[in-house]
Amino acid sequence: MTTGTDLVEVRAGVYHDSVSLMRVSQALTARPGVDVAVVAMATELNVGLAREAGFAVPAAGPADLLVAIRAGSAADLDEAAEELERQFAALTGGGGGGFETAGAAPRTTGTAARGFDATLALVSVPGEHAFAEAMDAVEAGLSVMIFSDNVPVAQEVLLKERARERGVLVMGPDCGTAIVGGAGLGFANVVRPGRIGVVAASGTGAQQVACLLDLAGAGVSHVLGVGGRDLSAAVRGRSTLAALAALDADPSTDLIVLISKPPAPEIAQKVRRFVAGLRTPVVFALLGPGADDLTTATEKALRALGVPVPRWPSWTAAQATAPDEPQAGPDGEAGPDGRAGPGRGLWGIYSGGTLCEEARIVAGAGVFTDYGDDAYTRGRAHPMIDPSLRLEALASAEGVVLMDVVLGHAADPDPAAWLVPAVRAARERGVDVVVALVGTDSDPQGLRRQADALVEAGASVFVSNAAAARHAAALAGSAG
Amino acid sequence: MSSRPSGPSATPAAALLGGEPRVISVGVAVLAEALDRQAVPRVGVEWRPPLPGTAEALGKVVADPRRARANEIAVGRLISARPHLVGVRPAREVLGLPSGTFLHAGPPIDWDRASGPMRGALIGAVLFEGLAGDAEEAARLLASGRVTLDSCHHHRAVGPMAGVVSPSMWMFEVADAEHGGTAYCSLNEGLGKVLRYGAYGPEVVERLRWMGEVLGPALAAALALSGPVDLRALIAQALQMGDELHNRNRAATSLLVRELAPAIVDAAPGRAAEVLRFINGNDHFFLNAGMAAGKVGADAARDVPGSSLVVAMARNGTDFGIQVSGLGNRWFTGPAGVPDGLYLGAYGPGDANPDIGDSTITETSGLGGFAMAAAPAIVRFVGGDVADAVAATRAMYEITLAEHPAYQIPGLGFRGTPVGVDVALVARTGVLPVVNTGIAGRVAGTGQVGAGLVSPPAEAFTAALVALAAG
Repeated sequence: MTTGTDLVEVRAGVYHDSVSLMRVSQALTARPGVDVAVVAMATELNVGLAREAGFAVPAAGPADLLVAIRAGSAADLDEAAEELERQFAALTGGGGGGFETAGAAPRTTGTAARGFDATLALVSVPGEHAFAEAMDAVEAGLSVMIFSDNVPVAQEVLLKERARERGVLVMGPDCGTAIVGGAGLGFANVVRPGRIGVVAASGTGAQQVACLLDLAGAGVSHVLGVGGRDLSAAVRGRSTLAALAALDADPSTDLIVLISKPPAPEIAQKVRRFVAGLRTPVVFALLGPGADDLTTATEKALRALGVPVPRWPSWTAAQATAPDEPQAGPDGEAGPDGRAGPGRGLWGIYSGGTLCEEARIVAGAGVFTDYGDDAYTRGRAHPMIDPSLRLEALASAEGVVLMDVVLGHAADPDPAAWLVPAVRAARERGVDVVVALVGTDSDPQGLRRQADALVEAGASVFVSNAAAARHAAALAGSAG
Repeated sequence: MSSRPSGPSATPAAALLGGEPRVISVGVAVLAEALDRQAVPRVGVEWRPPLPGTAEALGKVVADPRRARANEIAVGRLISARPHLVGVRPAREVLGLPSGTFLHAGPPIDWDRASGPMRGALIGAVLFEGLAGDAEEAARLLASGRVTLDSCHHHRAVGPMAGVVSPSMWMFEVADAEHGGTAYCSLNEGLGKVLRYGAYGPEVVERLRWMGEVLGPALAAALALSGPVDLRALIAQALQMGDELHNRNRAATSLLVRELAPAIVDAAPGRAAEVLRFINGNDHFFLNAGMAAGKVGADAARDVPGSSLVVAMARNGTDFGIQVSGLGNRWFTGPAGVPDGLYLGAYGPGDANPDIGDSTITETSGLGGFAMAAAPAIVRFVGGDVADAVAATRAMYEITLAEHPAYQIPGLGFRGTPVGVDVALVARTGVLPVVNTGIAGRVAGTGQVGAGLVSPPAEAFTAALVALAAG
């Protein structure tokens, strides 16, 4: 219904995923004459947001689509409504081919498995609904990558237990990255084929290592994500062991890198015992104080295979404030990390949990936020797709900002496009911006192209997150 | 392949790593697009959130370790049933019904909540049994509570529309040659003013008498001569001849007549002509035998612990109820909807009673609305065109556990009909069973006013799912 310059509409039974809808909302909001556009599933959260924005939203449920647009004039609103229909038309159509009942896309993973000779399912529905789709896959004898987060841990254990009985691999939940047989799943970089397999309870950690291996000319055989909780006491490394065994049996894998945030101690022991029984050598990259960072672990893997370790590329910008001239926060008050001068504040604004953790450990001080954490992704897209939270953080930061920019499939098609103006604005405020740029030249966004744009805007860019963190710490005058 | 020996759990995952991945994608579109850009073979799932309020129960039901095997067993029994028409006998004899007991369609209901056509049919049955002199007296008796009402389903029986069965009515007796069960359904009265649609005038009672005195005994004698009729084979053929076995039974009725005619002539030479004329004058004559065939298969699938298979869908004109294999004899109900369809003569939607009858046993066993794609001749009658019929059948594959090995649809490349409704799949997809049905007049005594399509209430399925989750 249209009242004045508001359009509020609930479409029953129409579903699109949150990322697609966020893109529609962004396209509408970007139109001149449009003040607010909320195009989202009518979850409690989204209905609340629309009501807060002053829209008169009628009763609706999470299975309904909510449209709420406010424009400057009735004509602008009409045009926005037309654009909305164009966007929706583009969303429907094309659900992949090959299903034998052409024209009727399957409605569950189970039906899809009946009609299509698959090897793997990629599940990215909202976490509370992921279990049934994943279980369909496992019961059909398929391995599954569960990209969804917010899946209850009991369901994760059950899925992995059932997968063990069926002899298939469950990657995830909350598995952001995998490369299987050359196909990148989820957030994955275009990495050359090679002899090193990666098992990772960490999405961006796996991306960092895979990209460094590519830059060194070594490449990967497969990258198997296992989900951030796999090495917890509850999940007991079930998928890690299965993935290690699979790579151990894989003729194209000569060495395995195992990446995780610090595991539960008894699980770490269990994994080490298991690894001791494998024929394939395993290099550990278990993040923690005193342990190797991801770059160091990658270098160890390269040396073990006799591949020369290159100088990791970096592009250092001219500093707005020289690192040897420490200064306090505005008006000499405490910096954002709570420390008063002489050091400058160090803000870690990350999209990747492992990269965030690694930077925190390497830098030794500062305020680090992982915007990819469940707490920030409930009801919104991952920060690798939706930059808004991180842009807000960058806009209000002081001192030194350290951030990751992760390239590859499914990530933002051109992160430099939105980062460059934000970096320039930050530089004008005297803020130093250090970027850990994780990607390869073959990625759709192009590593060098992104690096050039960011350096041009005044950022310092490192392909090694650890190196970026050391540089940022030095700029901030903290330990490093 | 690898020359290395394989590790203990390596084999299946190694198969994953050994070849090119072929992916089922469900969820975020950008992830699917990324696969398309890499030219990875992929099929997309058109996923929607489950029915509101079912997420938690779905999690529990899907996690039930018994579920997969239990459903395999239950639907396996449903589709392996081999129903044979073995006899025609009075209800008093085969169901042990005492005088004053009446069965009815759908979940249990009392006189107070009974709809017009249900009341009309009960009045007619009381008159037929000679328990009252006129309709008013019959209604008083029924309202007094001095008669016993019970659901057909509680007595291995099913009844079309009002489904009222009284002791003197004759029943088809169908035996399952695979699992040994037996099920019963009354004989079809024909069209027009008939008891099952709630009519109870003198011509209705007169016809029931004739059926008890002539039709029933003649069929019984004929079957005794001919031996059992294989209904599974007959239904399979009728599907390929354009019936869906609920709203269209023209082919099946013809096949049955052809099968029985010589034996009827031999067994009852003096009455054969009127018996054959009666059967031949009613395209739905087979429906009741088909319903008993469905019932005997569905009953074979009952009581498998952990199974989420629907073993009965039935309506009493007020409630639409379902029963589920893993949940014993409990009914899960919601309000019966008014069918959407075409009306006879001057009747319209305002004359229609809410959905009524046990004939949804055909959908329960993969026929009727589920087999719409097999019956292009009736799609206009039940709404829409051939493409809609194909779409309806295709949608049913989303909520069923199997494809019937014997019941095939030529137009879908002889694919088996979708069979075995799973309450979990209904909740996950929000797709409700498609039911073809007749429409009874709202007012007692009216009879049939039309036919069309109806959707069951979603709450019957969500309530059953919640009960399964509660274990």
